[in-house]
Amino acid sequence: MAQYTTHDFDVLVIGAGGAGLRAAIESAALGAKTAVVMKSLLGKAHTVMAEGGAAAALRNADDRDSWETHFRDTMKGGKQLNFFRMAELHAKEAPDRIRELEEWGAVFDRTPNGLINQRNFGGHTYPRLAHVGDRTGLEMIRTLQDKLVHMAAEIFMETTVTHLFKTSDKICGCLTYSRVTGEFHLFRAKAIVLATGGGGKAFAITSNSWEYSGDGQALAWRAGAELMDMEFIQFHPTGMVWPLSVRGTLVTEGVRGEGGVLLNKDGRRFMFDYIPEAFKNDVAATEKEAEQWVAEVAAGKLATVRRPPELLTRDVVARSIRAEVQAGRGSPHGGAFLDIATRRTAADIQRKLPSMYHQFKQLANVDITKEPMEVGPTCHYMMGGVKVQAENGMSTVSGLFAAGEVAAGLHGANRLGGNSLSDLLVFGRRAGWGAAEYAKTASAPSVNEAEVAKAIEENLASLSRKGGENPYAVHKDLQDMMQDNVGIVRTEDELKQALGALDELEKRVDNVSVEGARAYNPGWNLAMDLRSLIVISRAVTLAALERRESRGGHSRIDFPSYDKKYSKVNHVLYNQNGQMALRADALPEVSPELKPFVEEA
Amino acid sequence: MPRTVKMKVFRGEKGEGAIHDYNVHIDDGMVVLDVIHRIQATQAPDLACRWNCKAGKCGSCSAEVNGKPSLMCMTRMDSLDLEKPITVEPLMTFPHVRDLVTDVSWNYTVNKRIKPFKPKAKEADGTHRMFQYEVDRVQEFRKCIECYLCQTVCHVLRNHGKHEEFAGPRFMIRTASLEMHPLDVEDRVPFIKEEGGIGFCNITKCCTEVCPEHIHITDNGIIPMKERVADRYYDPIKMLFRVLTGK
Repeated sequence: MAQYTTHDFDVLVIGAGGAGLRAAIESAALGAKTAVVMKSLLGKAHTVMAEGGAAAALRNADDRDSWETHFRDTMKGGKQLNFFRMAELHAKEAPDRIRELEEWGAVFDRTPNGLINQRNFGGHTYPRLAHVGDRTGLEMIRTLQDKLVHMAAEIFMETTVTHLFKTSDKICGCLTYSRVTGEFHLFRAKAIVLATGGGGKAFAITSNSWEYSGDGQALAWRAGAELMDMEFIQFHPTGMVWPLSVRGTLVTEGVRGEGGVLLNKDGRRFMFDYIPEAFKNDVAATEKEAEQWVAEVAAGKLATVRRPPELLTRDVVARSIRAEVQAGRGSPHGGAFLDIATRRTAADIQRKLPSMYHQFKQLANVDITKEPMEVGPTCHYMMGGVKVQAENGMSTVSGLFAAGEVAAGLHGANRLGGNSLSDLLVFGRRAGWGAAEYAKTASAPSVNEAEVAKAIEENLASLSRKGGENPYAVHKDLQDMMQDNVGIVRTEDELKQALGALDELEKRVDNVSVEGARAYNPGWNLAMDLRSLIVISRAVTLAALERRESRGGHSRIDFPSYDKKYSKVNHVLYNQNGQMALRADALPEVSPELKPFVEEA
Repeated sequence: MPRTVKMKVFRGEKGEGAIHDYNVHIDDGMVVLDVIHRIQATQAPDLACRWNCKAGKCGSCSAEVNGKPSLMCMTRMDSLDLEKPITVEPLMTFPHVRDLVTDVSWNYTVNKRIKPFKPKAKEADGTHRMFQYEVDRVQEFRKCIECYLCQTVCHVLRNHGKHEEFAGPRFMIRTASLEMHPLDVEDRVPFIKEEGGIGFCNITKCCTEVCPEHIHITDNGIIPMKERVADRYYDPIKMLFRVLTGK
């Protein structure tokens, strides 16, 4: 029988991005015996990639802002499919969470009177994103990391979770392996917080790293927890498109927030042609009005006119770029031009967007202070995920919590830029609190040894199997299939094809062989990640098939507009004896005091 | 231009191993990390390398490319002489784990020894006021992505192995970022002098040269910290003043 080491904790946090670190800080502060496990090294999680900022109605840059406006913007951006209570808590608590980061040492960019500065972003009525140039995520993760290392929490780096365990329907622990040694570790825990991020690695063109294999969603679903809103995937409008090796790498929305414009190959500023009816009143009607807005904002004044259409929500901008490319008006490498060079001075660009400047200079030989960038949509974020309670982040399984991208509810059908970093802080803290509170009354967990042995056997199968497929080849086929059939625009036929293809791919995943031993073997690690990718790919496809309308991050060619029938339902995916089943749940009724801030969609 | 290149990659465990040759087809615009991934996908699925963001923001994929410590994700193949084989080896300054992966845990241990941020009280209106000109230099240090390339090239660590006595450039600027933080009231000058061993740095600026974030580690971080140490411990007038006033 395979060997493993056992550890005991009150609260185990899986993942060390913003949500995981914030959850661990809260849990440890409340006195729970806390540990964090992470697939990478501490401080490397995907949060470091977040560029633009964290949205919070601090009212430093424009005192017309309020939590109510932030709430309204979030619901509107989410096409009213958000869990209103999450959007409410988020809008109310985000300012305190940002100020708390400052108290822990974060150094945000400043306003002229010495407060945290805030920038404009798509879908936010007022300048609302606390930021540090274009490396806000790095600032956040470093601040949280340095806070956590001085607290009583244990940190397990390069450790991947493969199985969750339950006793009498409550979470009791999980099996992990150390990537460095390949050895197995069993964590017994009274409560587990999933903070594992998304699953962008199911798609070929993505801004996500290898870590993003949907582990948390898949672990939760296997353990009997429900997933929600999985059809909604955010394709960020601006990823790099050239060279091919960096296709998908993120280009921050901050470029547009600082005045960057999107042009087609004929030099036309095409976003004016794609303003949806619902946003007509929020967006500049002419280029002149848009220019005035940029001039006012760049001068540090309050905007007196409406914002440029480039700052429409991400779903709208991504679809517009795609439409231009489809119509034959794309840039040479199949994207659109994003021009900041003719809009701001070289000095401004280098100060406000330093990492974009270096990224293009180094990877694409493009000087963004002199030439336009070429950009196109890239799979960026999953709005859906584990269904949780707003107050404490608990899933439908007792003792299993989730926060951040792995959780669903806050963002509805489409996330606003900047709402992710504040999501991590607000709901990371709440899940950490929820888990620590839950652990107080939970009994000491015990894990069934036979289940552990079986899990280990499953993990080792690919190493002993001979003549099976290469996991990299299976992964590539999965990514291409999902990109083609379940990507930025979808049809009934392609989605049905995808379901068939997933059955085939699942069989192939179960038949991969890997070479070598267990210590730091990326082939073996991928073989295990593939199992999660299959689960989330199926969840996305099933939910996308069922939603016969277009809304937010879900676009159907065969059903191109909103359908009232779906305007108040979330699709929930649950585990029915090992099969994935779907049901439509009615959206919770918005509380009377918040009614004035929501619109019909 | 697409072409085939010869890659020489170190394979092995715990320092034992050898250079393996791989012929790899490359496309336009590829970086070294792409080539390593292509070797993984097609020739050696168990080739170990650490990476994450592939955009120069996380600092995971540090390795020695043709002997130069670099981020593999930001080193374009067309910046190298492709007529000759390209060598990729693990960082020399840290204990070897497997193939291109090293054990960088020492850095986390050093970081933990630095006293945490300690803010002064908030203003009467409940805010902290800091002005952009005050935070510019701190923000420069906080750009650090912890790739540890500076630690790797620093001869105090790389050639003299003074890991016990010297914190290395990364933690010199980490300390500087706290010491120069307008809100911080902690004192880390004794740390940087004693445990940090700032005196070992003789300002050869190798760290600055290799920094992918272009942080002026030596000029803006280490030298000002050396000045603070000198002021505190070696300024004869101040020493006399301290003796006389007892401060």
